[in-house]
Amino acid sequence: MFATLAPILLQATLETFSMVISALVLGTTFGLPIGVVLATSGRGELFEAPLFQKIIGPIVNATRSVPFIILAVAIIPFTRLVAGTSIGTAAAIVPLTVAAIPFIARIIEGAIREVDGGLVEAAQAMGARPFQVVTKVLLPEALPGIIHGLTLTAVTLIGYSAMVGAVGAGGLGDLGIRYGYQRFRPDVMAAVVITLIVVVQMVQSLGDWLARKADKRNI
Amino acid sequence: MIRLSNVQKTYPARRGSPAHKALHGIDLDIAAGEIVGVIGRSGAGKSTLIRCINLLEVPTAGSVIVDGTDVTQLVKRDLPLFRRQLGMVFQHFNLLSSRTVYDNIALPLELAGASKAEIAAAVDPLLPLVGLEDKRDRYPAELSGGQKQRVGIARALSSNPKVVLCDEVTSALDPETTRQILSLLRDINKRLGLTMVVITHEMAVVKQLCDRVAVMDGGVIVEEGKVDAIFANPTHATTQSLLADEFLDYPARPNAAANANTGQEA
Ligand SMILES: Nc1ncnc2c1ncn2[C@@H]1O[C@H](COP(=O)(O)OP(=O)(O)OP(=O)(O)O)[C@@H](O)[C@H]1O
Ligand SMILES: [Mg+2]
Repeated sequence: MFATLAPILLQATLETFSMVISALVLGTTFGLPIGVVLATSGRGELFEAPLFQKIIGPIVNATRSVPFIILAVAIIPFTRLVAGTSIGTAAAIVPLTVAAIPFIARIIEGAIREVDGGLVEAAQAMGARPFQVVTKVLLPEALPGIIHGLTLTAVTLIGYSAMVGAVGAGGLGDLGIRYGYQRFRPDVMAAVVITLIVVVQMVQSLGDWLARKADKRNI
Repeated sequence: MIRLSNVQKTYPARRGSPAHKALHGIDLDIAAGEIVGVIGRSGAGKSTLIRCINLLEVPTAGSVIVDGTDVTQLVKRDLPLFRRQLGMVFQHFNLLSSRTVYDNIALPLELAGASKAEIAAAVDPLLPLVGLEDKRDRYPAELSGGQKQRVGIARALSSNPKVVLCDEVTSALDPETTRQILSLLRDINKRLGLTMVVITHEMAVVKQLCDRVAVMDGGVIVEEGKVDAIFANPTHATTQSLLADEFLDYPARPNAAANANTGQEA
């Protein structure tokens, strides 16, 4: 019994991983600069651009306030455009990334805002250019917070990826719905749930460990 | 070396607070190699004044001449280059928690694009100068306040500046550590011939460190001169009361202590 279940479970887990990691990487690629801009474009800040902040802020909020499953369905045309299809693991990466970007942007913004303003001032007094303040001071100092936030994002994305499973994206959610629910296989359902719990636990532990390693404030 | 002429600063009105004029026309000359103290009560405008020297605050009027250049005329792009000629030391150290002692001291050089070898050549001799050879690879969280400030001082020196600006650099330290830091600064001034501007609210700091002192109150300099002369013959009420504070520790003058306390910084 377990012998037949193990390969499909492994396959589904790998699919979940590939969706989540891709969305995390792509989401950070776009979310990081947006977060930096959100954190530094206010009045009197590093890249003063209050108008930009007034425009980008609400867009970020709007994206975040749409429930993920609705977002995933609503952007199907966009997903087709980008991925060529709206079904499958690759296609699922599109809505996951779209959901991850504003999430990560806010996390980066929050982590940067935690950095003591005195450090920015010290860097400027040393002759740092604004971009250097970001790369040499704000991001390194915010790193523990950013790692915590990205861990949170990864866990949230694992949950979301189970939802896109429901619209045919593969992964653990898909397995749970198709086998566990539709074909009434409680053993599969149980295996999926346990795997999800273990995966989330591992991700959280890894994130905590990395954040602790990066944090030199309490040695 | 530094000449402030009629420097004025008005902080613009913000939601909830009206515009505030923090500096009402400051004139101050600082010669090369000199240590000048600026003393005054909380809110007198001392920090604003020192921040106008490296243009962390842009004066609303007047000129700030550093080494022959009116730096208020510099365009924004050129400010970083100008600021690299000045070092600054802060009350709360402002060290990067994510960097070791060595890497904190190296930061100004890194920002200026120095090579690894250039950085090592500049930082290595600074560690013994500030007495931190054995803390090279430690993080700020592992240091005492006095040690952190030594890192702050070494960092201010690493880009080989002509001027060092010190804003309340001993206010977070105990008296013994304060004495050590002040004698370190004095020693550095002698050895490197640096010009120093020292902000403080304690006469003891002026007494131990400075050649000249300017007393500030309400955004103006009310009295200025050689430290010995000012101590011997303080003419302005602010100077007199700041001098009286020096005896706060002695219970012999309870009345003076009580009076001076009401005006004290929170
Ligand atoms: N960024 C700012 N915006 C508005 N007002 C400010 C700002 N910075 C300082 N002020 C005001 O300017 C005045 C002078 O402030 P400043 O920080 O220069 O005083 P200080 O002499 O350094 O005092 P302290 O000893 O407390 O550090 C104060 O009344 C202060 O409230
Ligand atoms: Mg101050």
